[in-house]
Amino acid sequence: MINIDIHKRLYGSNGEMNLDVNLTVKKGDFVALSGQSGSGKTTLLRILAGLESAEGTISVFNKTWQDKKLFLPIQQRKIGFVFQDYALFPNMTVEQNLLFVEKDRDLANYLLETTELLSLKNRVPTSLSGGQKQRVSLCRAFMKKPKLLLMDEPLSALDPAMRNKLQNEILTLHKEFGTTSIMVSHDPAEIYRLASRVLVLEQGEIINDGTPKEVLLKTSGSQKFSFEGELLDIVKVDVIYIAIVAIGQQLVEVVISKYEAKNLSIGSIVRLSTKAFSPMIK
Amino acid sequence: MLENLDLTPFILSFKLAGLTTIILFIISLPLAWYLSQTSSKAKPFIEAITALPIVLPPSVLGFYILIIFTNTNLNFTFTGLVIASCFYSLPFMVQPLQGGFETLNKNMLEASYIAGKSKITTLLKVALPNIKPALLTALIITFAHTVGEFGVVLMIGGSIPNETKVASIAIYEMVEIMDYTSAHIYAGIMVFISFVVLLSVYIFNHTQKKIGGFH
Repeated sequence: MINIDIHKRLYGSNGEMNLDVNLTVKKGDFVALSGQSGSGKTTLLRILAGLESAEGTISVFNKTWQDKKLFLPIQQRKIGFVFQDYALFPNMTVEQNLLFVEKDRDLANYLLETTELLSLKNRVPTSLSGGQKQRVSLCRAFMKKPKLLLMDEPLSALDPAMRNKLQNEILTLHKEFGTTSIMVSHDPAEIYRLASRVLVLEQGEIINDGTPKEVLLKTSGSQKFSFEGELLDIVKVDVIYIAIVAIGQQLVEVVISKYEAKNLSIGSIVRLSTKAFSPMIK
Repeated sequence: MLENLDLTPFILSFKLAGLTTIILFIISLPLAWYLSQTSSKAKPFIEAITALPIVLPPSVLGFYILIIFTNTNLNFTFTGLVIASCFYSLPFMVQPLQGGFETLNKNMLEASYIAGKSKITTLLKVALPNIKPALLTALIITFAHTVGEFGVVLMIGGSIPNETKVASIAIYEMVEIMDYTSAHIYAGIMVFISFVVLLSVYIFNHTQKKIGGFH
């Protein structure tokens, strides 16, 4: 069990706010940390790592990392941390990056093989692609055989295909090492594939906590598809009204009734949905 | 004419510059590292003090060092000269190193701490190898600046042959006795050496940037 009860006053981009988190994480869980930027996700991760201070207590598998009297230094926390910008050591080769953490050549070779990097082990980080760098960073994080793995938007700088590949590798390693993982992510598909639990942070507080199914699937009403979009215009064509809605990069036309047209205001955010039996798929 | 040329002043200059560079590197490394990492309120004060030798006239620095050296037998000795040079050239070692450390990716240093490494290991194994151009600049500029110093050397060292008469002082004396031929040769050698040193620094830094080994 990981018990976290911390608070800290933050002066962020959205003005002042209180980071106030009281949380218990089970061993082996994969927790996704979601929420708008500036909600305190990264700070929470950094506090867990010992990179930032906060008031309160943190205990991890019956070992106190932080309380009123004690602050366990970063070096002794035995965590893995994957940064968004990889943070590799440019003066070392891929293999040296791993061995710097722990002189365990077998483990390094095993990790590099799992992530298909073995042939690149003598290359320096500057000669690698973004996806390769992040895999090295992932391998490096596992060199400590961490009980707790922290990842700060590890895949957000990568293209979708590379993301998919890395998601699989993260999941494989997470299971194999029996790690408890906490990952900051904005991508619902990624969260659904990887996480066993989702926390949504807003203004420093947890506002939603559950399985990805509970949190991500819009279960209110019985609709099967649901999109949010901006109502751009309502046009009257003969006897019907057509609403023009921008959803993502696409504009769609929807027939609406006179009554609906009256109640909608142009420029507002609307939700478009349809039930299981009515949509057409072409 | 050339066989009469006394090279001792040059040897003294380079010996002085070499020793000063080594001592200053050892002193400045922890200082520059501390300054680059701290957010303490004392930081601007320490920065201002270390930068003082850049703006102070060498005579002011020399005067205070003379006062400090009173009652010691350091005045007009080579050892005294080395100590004075360390004060004089301190900013030229600290500032490039500090600048180099400040450009390092903070996450990279944190990754080293997370890997269980101490601050000293992180400094020596991660930070220092990744600021090679800044490191080279610091070493070369400190060396060159010490070779080029004049005012402080004159005040602390005087001009004792084989002890404190370095190249810059020797040239001054040659001009004073109107021995322009020797002054030309000495001055020419100084210009040539200084140019070659600076050129190699710039070429090295240029190629480092090109291969992308430094960010």
